[in-house]
Amino acid sequence: MERVPILKLGDILIISIQIDLEDQSVLALQEDLAEAVVAHSARGVIIDITAVEIVDSFIGRMLATIAAMSRMLDAQTVVVGMRPAVAITLVELGLSLGGVRTALNLEKGVALLDHVRGATP
Amino acid sequence: MTGGSELPIASNADVVLVRQQVRSAALEVGLSLVDQTKVVTAASELARNALVYGGGGMARVEIVENGPRKGLKLVFSDEGPGIADVEQALTDGWTTGGGLGLGLSGSRRLVDEFDLVSAPSKGTTVTVTKWAR
Amino acid sequence: MTVDADVARRRIEELLRTNEEQILRRWTLITKATPEELTDLYQALNRALDSGGEDLADVRGLLAELSRSRARQGFTPSETSRAVFGLKEALYEVVEEDGGADALRGFIWFSRLIDDLGLFTFETYATAREKIILDQAEQLLELSTPVVKLWEGIVAVPLVGTLDSARTQVVMEKLLQTLVDTGAEHAVIDITGVPAVDTQVAQHLLKAVVAARLMGAECVISGIRPQIAHTIVTLGIEFGDIVTKASLADALAHALRRSGVQVSTPRGTRISVRTEDA
Repeated sequence: MERVPILKLGDILIISIQIDLEDQSVLALQEDLAEAVVAHSARGVIIDITAVEIVDSFIGRMLATIAAMSRMLDAQTVVVGMRPAVAITLVELGLSLGGVRTALNLEKGVALLDHVRGATP
Repeated sequence: MTGGSELPIASNADVVLVRQQVRSAALEVGLSLVDQTKVVTAASELARNALVYGGGGMARVEIVENGPRKGLKLVFSDEGPGIADVEQALTDGWTTGGGLGLGLSGSRRLVDEFDLVSAPSKGTTVTVTKWAR
Repeated sequence: MTVDADVARRRIEELLRTNEEQILRRWTLITKATPEELTDLYQALNRALDSGGEDLADVRGLLAELSRSRARQGFTPSETSRAVFGLKEALYEVVEEDGGADALRGFIWFSRLIDDLGLFTFETYATAREKIILDQAEQLLELSTPVVKLWEGIVAVPLVGTLDSARTQVVMEKLLQTLVDTGAEHAVIDITGVPAVDTQVAQHLLKAVVAARLMGAECVISGIRPQIAHTIVTLGIEFGDIVTKASLADALAHALRRSGVQVSTPRGTRISVRTEDA
């Protein structure tokens, strides 16, 4: 099983998913991330899915779970780089990713986090 | 109809293999990028269903033709407990496994043809087809 | 194959070989094909017959080429298959001169062979035409899907004409791809030029707005005519919290406001003053 690396940039954690995720890796990532948020007192989490070719209900649920979990640990989550084909498929699948913030790319994701934190200091 | 390939679904890694196999077949059929993504997502849902609810099974990937149109036909079968109420299982949000309950109903919306055969203790077979536009 | 039939067939093959020039001349007269095309075909047919008459791949290849080029040039299917059937008539004159029973019997066999090839031509012609129609439909789709930049970070698709499901899907995919390519966070789908929408089209528009949101962009629909608004309500389609504006100008003003741009006239009268909190 491959593990997804978690990068730290200031008080933001960045996860860039570059592999075809199997369900076990998804679950491991959820746990690793929760621990990392606490260990680094992170205020923001960015999940980059630019390289992800499909998001099925399992991965969709992971994104929602990570967002909810981080919120509880006082960190905001932004999912960035979703491909058009993936977005269309998610809509058709009926998955709304409720409550997850999204941005077009990493840069805009960082800007969004700054903005959110600026609004609620 | 060309000879299809059979893949076992016995572990999470197999689900990934099924996805990859379906993607390369979808490319061969000439599905658009969006349609490729839809059919691979449906395959991922159905393969996981066979693994989680059916205790493992088989996936068949076949390229089919209907006149000048080419399509991709996928068959997922397991010998698990089966589904008692098929109608209910196809409703959004219905689940027995703690999932989102979008696997069956959602993948039905992602493909052109969807056929589910199941009965209690007889296992489940789902056949889906996606045609090239 | 009986001895008789074999003899008859060989007689025809002989006639075809020895009277090549005469038959070809006559064939060219009957059909509208060029002598070069027919000579190639004739020789391929002779070669196929010499080697037992089973392997007609070369002949079929040439025929397919002929039908395809004619489909493209706008010949009718009758004209195309007549080019093949003409060989019967051309050969018949030679058979008549020969007058032998073998030749006549062989002509029946040959006639059947040509009928098969003629039908093959017809089929290839139909397939070629179908492909042309498909290609044109695709080109039309590409023609009718412009995504334009209105402002830094704001793009729009002005839709004109009747929308069908396929076209709407193509436009929406293109719009979403443009968001990725340009990094634009605001998009406007303007349907001022659309006379009517059905349930499917309305659903596709809605899905595009939701998909854009999933990607991290905002999408506004503008230019909804009263009739279309009526249809959407009657059909019971839920537009939910999707932003709609009466005109493209209103939609642009909304998008500008959302992206924090202030617009003012030279006199200093501010049209849009407040920057809303995004």
